[in-house]
Amino acid sequence: MTKRPSFLAKATEKLLKNKLAALCFVLLVLEVLLLLITPWIAPHDPEATNAAIKFAPGFWAKFSSDPAVRASYVPGYLLGTDNLGRDTLSRLLWGGRVSLAVGVVSTAMGLFLGVILGMLAGYYPKLDNPIMRFMDLLFTFPGVLLAMLIIGMLGSSTFNATLAISIWSVPSFARMVRGKVLQIKQEDYILAIRSLGATDFRIIFFHVLKNALPLIIVIATMRMASSIISISTLSYLGMGVPAPAPEWGSMIATGKGFMWEAPELIIIPGVAVMITVICFNILGDKLRDILDPSLRD
Amino acid sequence: MKRYIAKRLAMVVLLLFGMSFIVFASLYITPRDPAQMVAGAAATEAEIANVRASLGLDKPFLVQYGIYLKNLLTLDLGTSYATRQPIIDEIAVRLPITINLATAAILIAVLVGIPLGILTALKRDTWLDNLLTTTSLFAISIPNFWLGTMLMLIFAVKLKWLPTGGMTDFFWTPTGFRQAILPALALSTSTIASFMRIGRSAMLDVLQSDYIRTAKAKGIPQKKVVFVHALRNAMIPLLTQFGTSFGGLLGGAIITEQVFVINGLGTYLINAINTVNYPVVQSTVLVIATMFVLINLAVDLIYCLVDPRVKYE
Repeated sequence: MTKRPSFLAKATEKLLKNKLAALCFVLLVLEVLLLLITPWIAPHDPEATNAAIKFAPGFWAKFSSDPAVRASYVPGYLLGTDNLGRDTLSRLLWGGRVSLAVGVVSTAMGLFLGVILGMLAGYYPKLDNPIMRFMDLLFTFPGVLLAMLIIGMLGSSTFNATLAISIWSVPSFARMVRGKVLQIKQEDYILAIRSLGATDFRIIFFHVLKNALPLIIVIATMRMASSIISISTLSYLGMGVPAPAPEWGSMIATGKGFMWEAPELIIIPGVAVMITVICFNILGDKLRDILDPSLRD
Repeated sequence: MKRYIAKRLAMVVLLLFGMSFIVFASLYITPRDPAQMVAGAAATEAEIANVRASLGLDKPFLVQYGIYLKNLLTLDLGTSYATRQPIIDEIAVRLPITINLATAAILIAVLVGIPLGILTALKRDTWLDNLLTTTSLFAISIPNFWLGTMLMLIFAVKLKWLPTGGMTDFFWTPTGFRQAILPALALSTSTIASFMRIGRSAMLDVLQSDYIRTAKAKGIPQKKVVFVHALRNAMIPLLTQFGTSFGGLLGGAIITEQVFVINGLGTYLINAINTVNYPVVQSTVLVIATMFVLINLAVDLIYCLVDPRVKYE
C-alpha cells in the first residue's frame, strides 16, 4: 500500500506551481538560510564602530562618474557604513536575525494561546461567551495600542516587545480558530468519533485541530508578516530591540537623522523589511486560496 | 429598532467598563513602584509611604478601581509624573491634532480605495484587476513608518515640495493641507488597500444578486445599475470597514506622528512610555480606545438609517 501524500506535500506542490508564490517561497528560504549562517558570513562585527570610515557609500559608488565618489568606497564594506562607521551589511544580517526571530517567537506564542482559547470557545458553548467577550475587549485597543500599553507598563526590551506582539495576536487567532471549530464540530465524522467513545480531549486536540490546521497555517503565515512589521515599528520607536544591537526598524530610526547625506541608511533596511513582509503576505494569500478557499474575502 | 439601539448601547457601556479595568489593572504589572517614582530616587521610606497614601495606592485593589472609575466619570485622568499637570488638559490640546491626521487619512482611503474597489469588481479577472489586487498586497506590506520616512525623503528633503513635518493647522486650510499630505498618505496606504479589497468583494456579491439581474433585464443602463442600484448595497460592508479602519488609523497615527514630528496623542504616548510616565500611558491608551469604541457605535447606529433590515432584528 502506498502512503497517501500528506496535505502539506500537496499544498506545497500546488503552491510552487504559482510563479509569484514560488518566488516568495524561494526568497524566504534563501533569507532564512543567510540569517542562519550570519555568524560565519557577516563580514564585520555589527556593533564595531570606526570613525575613520563614517558614511562610506556602498558598491554603487564604484559606478559613479565622479572619481571622488569612486574613491570613497571602502573595500570590504559592500553596502557602506552608517554614521558611526558600522558595516551596514553586517548590521542588516544580524538585524534580520532579530526581526525574524521575534516574528517567529511571537507568532508561535500568539498561535499557541490563540488556538487553545479559540478551540475551547468553539468546542464548549459554556466557555464561548466569556472567552470571546474577553477577546472582543482586547480588540478595542486598535493597532499597536495594546502592544504599547504592555510595553509602557513593563518597560522596553526585546523580550517585552515579543510578549506584547504575541498577546496582541491572540484575539485574531482565537476568533478565526473558533469560527472554524464551530463549523468542524457539526461534521458527521466528529459525531461518529464521539459515538465511538473518544474523549473531548482527543476530539479537540486530535481531530478538530487536524482539520483546522490549514486555516492555522494560513493565518500564521500572514501573522508572521504583521509581527515583523510590528517589531520593526516598535524598534523604530525605541521600544523594541535596544541600541546598539542592530534591528531593521532601529537601523531606519538611526538613518532618519542622516537622510540627506546617506539616504541608503533608511532605504536598505526598509527594503529588507518590505521584501520579507511582502513574501509572507503573498505566501499567506496563495496558501489561503489553496488550503481554504472558503476564506477568500 | 429601539431594542437594537439599547443592545448596542449596553454593549458599549460594558466594553468601556472592561477597557477601563484592563487599563487600570495594567499598573499592577509594572516592575517599578509608582510611589517610589513619584517620590523620587532620594526619597526615604516614610516619604514613599506618604506618597503612596496620597496617590491612594495603599487602598485595596477594588477600592482603588472604584476611585479610578469615579474619577474617569468626572473626566479626571490624574496628573502627569513629568509635568504635574492634569492629564486631561494635556490630552485636550493634542487630541484634535491626532483626529485631524486620522480624518485626513480616512478621507484619502475612502476617496481612493472605494473607487478602485468598484473598478476592480467591474473589471474582474482582467489584467487591471490582477495588477491592482497584487498592488494592494504591496500596500499592506509596507511598514507605514518607513513609507512615511521615504515620502519625507523624496518630497520634502530632495524635492522640497512639502514641509518635512509638524502639524499646526487643520487639513482643510492651505497650510494644514500641505502639512497633512505626506503623513496622511503614509498612514492611509494599508487602509486604501483594505477599502479596495472589501469594496471589490462587496460589489461582486451585490452584482450577482437577483434584483440586479432584474434591473438589467428591464433595460436599465449599466452605469445606472452599478452606481445607483448596486453601490447602495455594496456600501454596507464598507461602512463596517470604515469603523474598524478609523480605529486602526488612530493606532497608526501614533507611529506616523513620531515620523513627522507631529505633537499629537501618539507623540505624547511615546514620550510617556520612554519616560516611564504610567498615568499618561494609561490615559492616552484609554482615550484612543474609547474613541475607537464610540466610532464603532456611531457606525452601528448609522446602520439603522441605511439598512432597514436592522430595524426588524
